[in-house]
Amino acid sequence: MSLAGLFAQLLAVVLALGLAPLLTGWINQWRAWLQGRRAPGLLQPYRTLHKLFNKESVVAENASPIFRVAPYIMFGSMALACGIAPTLSTDLPLAPAADAIALVGLFALARVFISLAAMDIGTSFGTLGARREMLVGFLAEPALLMVLFAASLISQSTSLAQIVETLAHRPFAIYPSLAVAGVAFTMVSLAENARVPVDNPATHLELTMIHEALILEYSGRHLALVEWAASLKLFAYSCIGLALFVPWGVAEADTPIAIVFAIPALVAKLTVGGVLLALIETINAKMRLFRVPEFLATAFLLAVIALLVHGLLGA
Amino acid sequence: MLTLDWILIVIAGWLALGLIGIAALRNTAVVARVLFPAGAALALALAGLALGALFAPPETAVLAIGLPDLPFHLRLDGLSAFFLLVIGAAAVGISIFAAGYFRLGEGTPPGLMCLEYHLFLASMALVVLADDAYAFMVMWETMALSSFFLVTANHRVPAIREAGFLYLLVAHIGAIAILLCFGVLQANTGDYTFANMRAQTLSPMWASVAFLLATFGFGAKAGVLPLHVWLPEAHPAAPSPVSALMSGVMLKTAIYGLLRVSFDLLGAQLWWWGALLLAVGLATALYGVVFSAVQTDMKRLLAYSSIENIGLLFVGIGLGVLFNAYGMTALSALALTAALYHVLGHAFFKSLLFLATGSVLHSTGERSLGKLGGLMRRMPWVAWLSLVGVLASSGLPPLSGFVSEWLLLQSFLFTTGLPDSFLNMMVPVLAAGIALVSALAGYTMVKFFGVIFLGQPREPKLVNAHPSSRLERAGLAWLAAGTVLLGLVPVSVIGLIDPVTRLLVSGGIADAVRANGWLLLSPSSLDRASYSPLVFLVVVAVAVLLTALGVRKFYHGRLRRAPAWDCGFPAQTARMQDTAEGFGQPIRQIFEPFFRLHRELPSPFDAKPVYRVTIEDHFWHWLYLPIARLTSRIARVVGRLQQGRIAIYLLYSFVTLIVLLMVVKS
Amino acid sequence: MNTLLAQSINLFAVVLLVLAFAMIAQRRILTLIHLFTLQGASLVAATLVVAYLTGQSHLYFSAGMTFVLKVVLIPILLHRVIQRLNVRWDVETLFNIPTTMLIGIVLVIVAFNLARPIAGLSTSIARGTLGIALACVLLSFLMMIVRAKAVPQVIGFLSMENGLFFAATAATSGMPMIVELGIAFDVLVGILILGVFMFQIREQFDSLDIRHLEKLKED
Repeated sequence: MSLAGLFAQLLAVVLALGLAPLLTGWINQWRAWLQGRRAPGLLQPYRTLHKLFNKESVVAENASPIFRVAPYIMFGSMALACGIAPTLSTDLPLAPAADAIALVGLFALARVFISLAAMDIGTSFGTLGARREMLVGFLAEPALLMVLFAASLISQSTSLAQIVETLAHRPFAIYPSLAVAGVAFTMVSLAENARVPVDNPATHLELTMIHEALILEYSGRHLALVEWAASLKLFAYSCIGLALFVPWGVAEADTPIAIVFAIPALVAKLTVGGVLLALIETINAKMRLFRVPEFLATAFLLAVIALLVHGLLGA
Repeated sequence: MLTLDWILIVIAGWLALGLIGIAALRNTAVVARVLFPAGAALALALAGLALGALFAPPETAVLAIGLPDLPFHLRLDGLSAFFLLVIGAAAVGISIFAAGYFRLGEGTPPGLMCLEYHLFLASMALVVLADDAYAFMVMWETMALSSFFLVTANHRVPAIREAGFLYLLVAHIGAIAILLCFGVLQANTGDYTFANMRAQTLSPMWASVAFLLATFGFGAKAGVLPLHVWLPEAHPAAPSPVSALMSGVMLKTAIYGLLRVSFDLLGAQLWWWGALLLAVGLATALYGVVFSAVQTDMKRLLAYSSIENIGLLFVGIGLGVLFNAYGMTALSALALTAALYHVLGHAFFKSLLFLATGSVLHSTGERSLGKLGGLMRRMPWVAWLSLVGVLASSGLPPLSGFVSEWLLLQSFLFTTGLPDSFLNMMVPVLAAGIALVSALAGYTMVKFFGVIFLGQPREPKLVNAHPSSRLERAGLAWLAAGTVLLGLVPVSVIGLIDPVTRLLVSGGIADAVRANGWLLLSPSSLDRASYSPLVFLVVVAVAVLLTALGVRKFYHGRLRRAPAWDCGFPAQTARMQDTAEGFGQPIRQIFEPFFRLHRELPSPFDAKPVYRVTIEDHFWHWLYLPIARLTSRIARVVGRLQQGRIAIYLLYSFVTLIVLLMVVKS
Repeated sequence: MNTLLAQSINLFAVVLLVLAFAMIAQRRILTLIHLFTLQGASLVAATLVVAYLTGQSHLYFSAGMTFVLKVVLIPILLHRVIQRLNVRWDVETLFNIPTTMLIGIVLVIVAFNLARPIAGLSTSIARGTLGIALACVLLSFLMMIVRAKAVPQVIGFLSMENGLFFAATAATSGMPMIVELGIAFDVLVGILILGVFMFQIREQFDSLDIRHLEKLKED
């Protein structure tokens, strides 16, 4: 591991930690504009995090250590996910530690811990949230894996870096299988990140919430970590999606110069992606909980079609 | 002395311990403090010997017991050594746990339990050592019988007697199929040694017959669809250490038998055998995990989860057969490595979980998930150790379940090289099934752990739950340590599996894996795929620590304990928590066609509203009950011959005698 | 530019396939008609691209005909039919929708493998998509089997014709002009007859459920 590689790795993680709340703020701003509301400032997520960190943490009397550990594990997993995902460069020292399948496993790990933490207090909402989160999770995970499989069949590799490099180096062409997989990936990301057709990140309406029900018992620094981890997750998903389907502009060496040049490309892509996400969230209505399996089954089906079309039409 | 001799000494030691147990029939102190720990020590020795034997050339022995001219042939090769390792390593933890578990007053006296338990262990070890059909079948039946008696330890409960009977029935139907399979394999030579069977070349038709018989017979023991009905009845009925042995270890002897017959004894393989195993395995896995998610009894939940894992093993073996049939040795080795890795991993984590339910059962007297909860505070050791098993069982990194899932998915991704274009497209789609199964396993395990250990105690009596004994904890800790180790050093473990795949398909992936260093697991090249659990764990741990330190440094660590928020409705009790049934409800709704659901809903005017839901198996109604009815109808017809008068019975014998004499004369 | 256009044929083909799946999954009849219109539109686009790339002018004509017929005329007719008959939903399918989807995936795999040797014989630029066309035909057929109401069955029939048309374009750069004209005319007449037919079923049974037709057999 070279020094430059270490630097690039640190830069990628720190950039993710710093940019993730900004991305959330940007999306919230656009959501507000598109819905005809006055938008909160772009830096609002940072202020919220700062406020939450300063508050004292109120923990239920019967909470077990799992409740207090879970936010840290979730945050650590998401930090690792951002370190693995090819955000800036495909040549990161951490990248070989986990391929696409392991990355899916990493997200599942975080999900299992936060669900266990939600069940820990024993209030009705926590368990309800845990159950719903696991429901969305077990449907989204196979779909996500199939999307990644479709991409990895093209590059004959499950290593994310390798996939991105292969995709970025091919002559520009229309790949129907990738197009279908891209739609499937978007649907899965919406579900995994508790976005509108599946869950509403802004809701506290008891009957419909999933993510908010999970973290209902958290406060203070624990809540701050969970929120930050949620924005990290969104950031990681966005970066993976952008790297897979818009692979241009990702550095392929670990020299500092190349990476510094990769930052504007990433920011530009995220800016557009954030607006698109806000648009999707605005023009769709949140669906009933038991429509969610159908939504995710559609994503799964699209991913399978992508796989089959790849088999028929070839690379 | 040969390793095989030492192994036989260990097995003889187990039998001796069993006999001593008979002498100390009701002396719990001797049985628990001396015999079971000694059994654990022997198991450790067995595991060590097997580890050495993995890399040694095959050894054979002939034991002159049994019928004259029909001695037991034994053989210790890579495959049997690997399964001996599984038996030994899991038995260490289970025996230590059992030392703290069995006590007086649970039906069978502890001394007898000790005999049955060690006989069970010894017969399993001899099954994988047997080198002729005769020895194999004798040991196979001993294994079935000793486990039958262990299952029916609490034989005063009618449900347990029924479960035991069903188990015995299916085990024997399976045994008949295995016997017939050996009959086909020896190809009319009259020589039932495995060496002879290896030497025969069967026509594709007869080879397929033998393969189908073996799949049926071993499938019945393993609990593969549609022969699974006995498993969720018998495994939970047994005392927990026995459940652990049955689910964690005994099911693996069926896998051993399938591997032995389909790879070793049958020479060439046909591609559709693999496709069959793949289809059956996937159906079993999905069926098992869906049923597991809706169970309300913690041991039944685990039993169904075992069915799921057996399904995954069949998928791995099926892929191995498929690749091998097309001569793709390296890929076949990869798929088999995934399956064997899972054999080892499952032996540890499933035993661990079953033992944990044993601890919970002992300290609360409750197996229904609807009446547990909040035990994390009462029994933290059991909770944290079973969390390891839960995470492994969910297939989460960096534990053992994930490694085998990862290897399995990798071998699925390689399928595109198959020469048959239909399989080429079909098989990668099946990988989606594996992904669905493992994600659902996560759902099930969150339910298992969350409902038992988290939340508030659902019953007042749970407040008195006592922590587990020290021996119980030690047994759990051994298995948990094994699970963690298997998860963290996959490269070394694959080195252990390598001799087995070399024996089965004369190819292995260990060299390719070792070429990339001990830290990174990569089955072919780093460009293709890589995974490093250790780096994974370290980075997450460092990130967690740094975050915790950072939060402390820049902010404060103030924490206040307060009552949980009651949503403005203060009159809440612990019974109002979400139940296990509630947790399974989404699965019930989504996978409704899988179940035979009966639901009783209370009307709004009921003074004492009762909600009841029962979930039954379609197979039981559409397959087993018709067969049972047919059997009893035939039995009734035959029963007419029974008149109850001695004269009539004498007449039957007389007529038979006359007819026989006539036949002999002509 | 031309290579990109050639690749876009594949994309349109995949859109056709996805729409065929969407039609299987859709319970609302109005949305079904919209999906059918979209399918027609992507068929038109694919035909135009093939026409441009191969320079066969009669394909322009058949694209125009498809547009008039399948994107404009038939959807309008269907809209009027469902308005007059007041049918909105088709909830009772023979199998539930996830099962139908699984069968659909198996059908796609079968179709892809069946088409592979045939596509090898063809010289057309779009021969790779023959499998997709075949899959569309089979999926529409499946939709006709599983639906209980008459209108979705008619839409299934029409979408099957879309698949056939696409197969013709993909395999041989379109059928002879006279055949295409004939088929177009047939489809138009077919939809008119089916329209009359549906009104008659409604008159007779007060419902569009085709299971009522079972009563017509002689006992």
